[in-house]
Amino acid sequence: MDPGRFERISGYEWRVEPVGTMRVPAVIYADEDLIRDMDDKVFEQVVNVAALPGIVGASYAMPDAHWGYGFPIGGVAAFDPDQGGVVSAGGVGFDISCGVRALTTGLPKAEILKAQRDLADALFRHIPAGLGSTGAIRLDAAEMDAMLAGGATWALARGWGEARDLERIEEHGCMKGAEPDAVSEKAKKRQKDEMGTLGSGNHYLEVQEIAEVFDPVAAEAYGLRAGEIVVSIHCGSRGLGHQIGTEYLREMAEAAARHGIRLPDRELACAPIDSDVGRRYLGAMRAAINCALANRQIIGHLTREVFAQFFPKTRLELLFDVSHNTCKIEEHEVGGKKRRLFVHRKGATRAFGPGHAELPEALRPIGQPVLIGGSMGTGSYVLAGTRESETRAYSSSCHGAGRRMSRHQALKSWRGRYVVDDLAARGILIRSPSMRGIAEEAPGAYKDVGQVVEAAERAGLSRKVVYLKPLICVKG
Amino acid sequence: MTLAPPPHATNWEHFSHVADVGVRGFGRTPAEAFIQTALATVAVMADPAQVEPREAVTLSAQAPDLELLLAEWLNALIYEMATRKMLFSRFAVVIEDNRLMATAWGEPVDRARHELGTEVKGATLTALRVAEEQPGRWVAQCVVDV
Repeated sequence: MDPGRFERISGYEWRVEPVGTMRVPAVIYADEDLIRDMDDKVFEQVVNVAALPGIVGASYAMPDAHWGYGFPIGGVAAFDPDQGGVVSAGGVGFDISCGVRALTTGLPKAEILKAQRDLADALFRHIPAGLGSTGAIRLDAAEMDAMLAGGATWALARGWGEARDLERIEEHGCMKGAEPDAVSEKAKKRQKDEMGTLGSGNHYLEVQEIAEVFDPVAAEAYGLRAGEIVVSIHCGSRGLGHQIGTEYLREMAEAAARHGIRLPDRELACAPIDSDVGRRYLGAMRAAINCALANRQIIGHLTREVFAQFFPKTRLELLFDVSHNTCKIEEHEVGGKKRRLFVHRKGATRAFGPGHAELPEALRPIGQPVLIGGSMGTGSYVLAGTRESETRAYSSSCHGAGRRMSRHQALKSWRGRYVVDDLAARGILIRSPSMRGIAEEAPGAYKDVGQVVEAAERAGLSRKVVYLKPLICVKG
Repeated sequence: MTLAPPPHATNWEHFSHVADVGVRGFGRTPAEAFIQTALATVAVMADPAQVEPREAVTLSAQAPDLELLLAEWLNALIYEMATRKMLFSRFAVVIEDNRLMATAWGEPVDRARHELGTEVKGATLTALRVAEEQPGRWVAQCVVDV
């Protein structure tokens, strides 16, 4: 899109002052090239969000923003319930609480290289991935509700994981305020056999080498040392979250008019926080967050089981577990006053800075780890939250590279076999049930994640700690 | 087994959306266009030509208008495919007063035979459009989240 549509505040901040129905400004953090690469729809959407009732501060877009539905992906917006603020299913997304957890292993790269092929096969066999896959876990109605209320703490009580994991998970592994009763039977049915599964599309499990350290002090505090191995898991709330997104999007599309909310666009479906549907959605969405936390906890455990076969003396420690698609109640300072706000992050990461009370003691001096997903070949980053980010975008950062090419175009550009061979020649082993899926997710279909991360750092949203290079990728 | 209808002539396309996929179908009636949009949705996950119509599933949907009905129809199909771990390739659809009744024929996902793409999570209201573009030519489209 044309950068000329914005007022340039700095090299990395672009702004639209309120006009028409906009209640607050719209702000995009990116460099000029990233702005040029963004779809015009991002402008439209970030501006439309600025028109929603009760929005506070500004409507923000992260450097990896792209065209979503209603909100842009990479959109951040906070709403005040006391000023008629809304909650939006489209402001969270379909894959509720989709996110990343990273585990440190302390293993040097050489150890992995010795077993790379067998380890890749074992991970692929042990962790269900891809369309139509099911896990070994079956939940009856009571267990389903317990899982939705308990999140990772539920998984831990059932033997998946270790107690010390919990302090390294957002919300300490359990999102409060979840209402299993606000989740439909259909959504629960969709999840019945999907616990402990990765899913498809851009979801993955990667074994990665810490290839570059940008901030040795932060890296040390995070337990990240150059040349050592990390495992990253990217997945979400699976069928349950998708169904909740589907159902409430529809219900909010009808509710908005009833509540006198004029939508610039039907897909901005939302409802007052303080309304029946608003409250039910929040209860259901929090249950879906717990589902995602439980799912990543189980997959983390399955990963440990595989590593234990190959490296019996190695302990996989959870670095952190972050979510990318959520709406959370947080306290933020606005105009010198603390306010309790409902912060929507859609394709964006919470990025609390140093000293934040929510962070575990070991991480508090550094700030929250911000885990940026890669795409098989392009690598990933670990960033750290900054204090400035609080004033930039309610302590939020980017979440990944973002696609630059449609799946359709990617399918025309690459063959899955070619991508697998090409990556193998570069030392990256891919395991997937779907060659077509690999072609759709070819690294070349994504933007340069390095450029996105650089922009996030320059904009003050977070700072670079390490770069991770993939060695094994299990792809859904 | 219910007798499946003959294969549908292909009259659908995907339209460009960077992160997700736009699905669009054409037909002489809304029902025909809805069938084609359903085929376009299945095609995100697998080639409909590889999906045998072995089992029949009936489903229904209703909505305040035809556009929301399209989203409901696709979501009903996505739900059936997700919970039954099936793919569909043939459809019979009747639409009356924004109510839809349908039978979908397909088979369980078979990784050996179906060249699988990415799972469709849900139909969105993005680029949602159902319209008679010219007399006797209906278009039905939206973006599906993948």
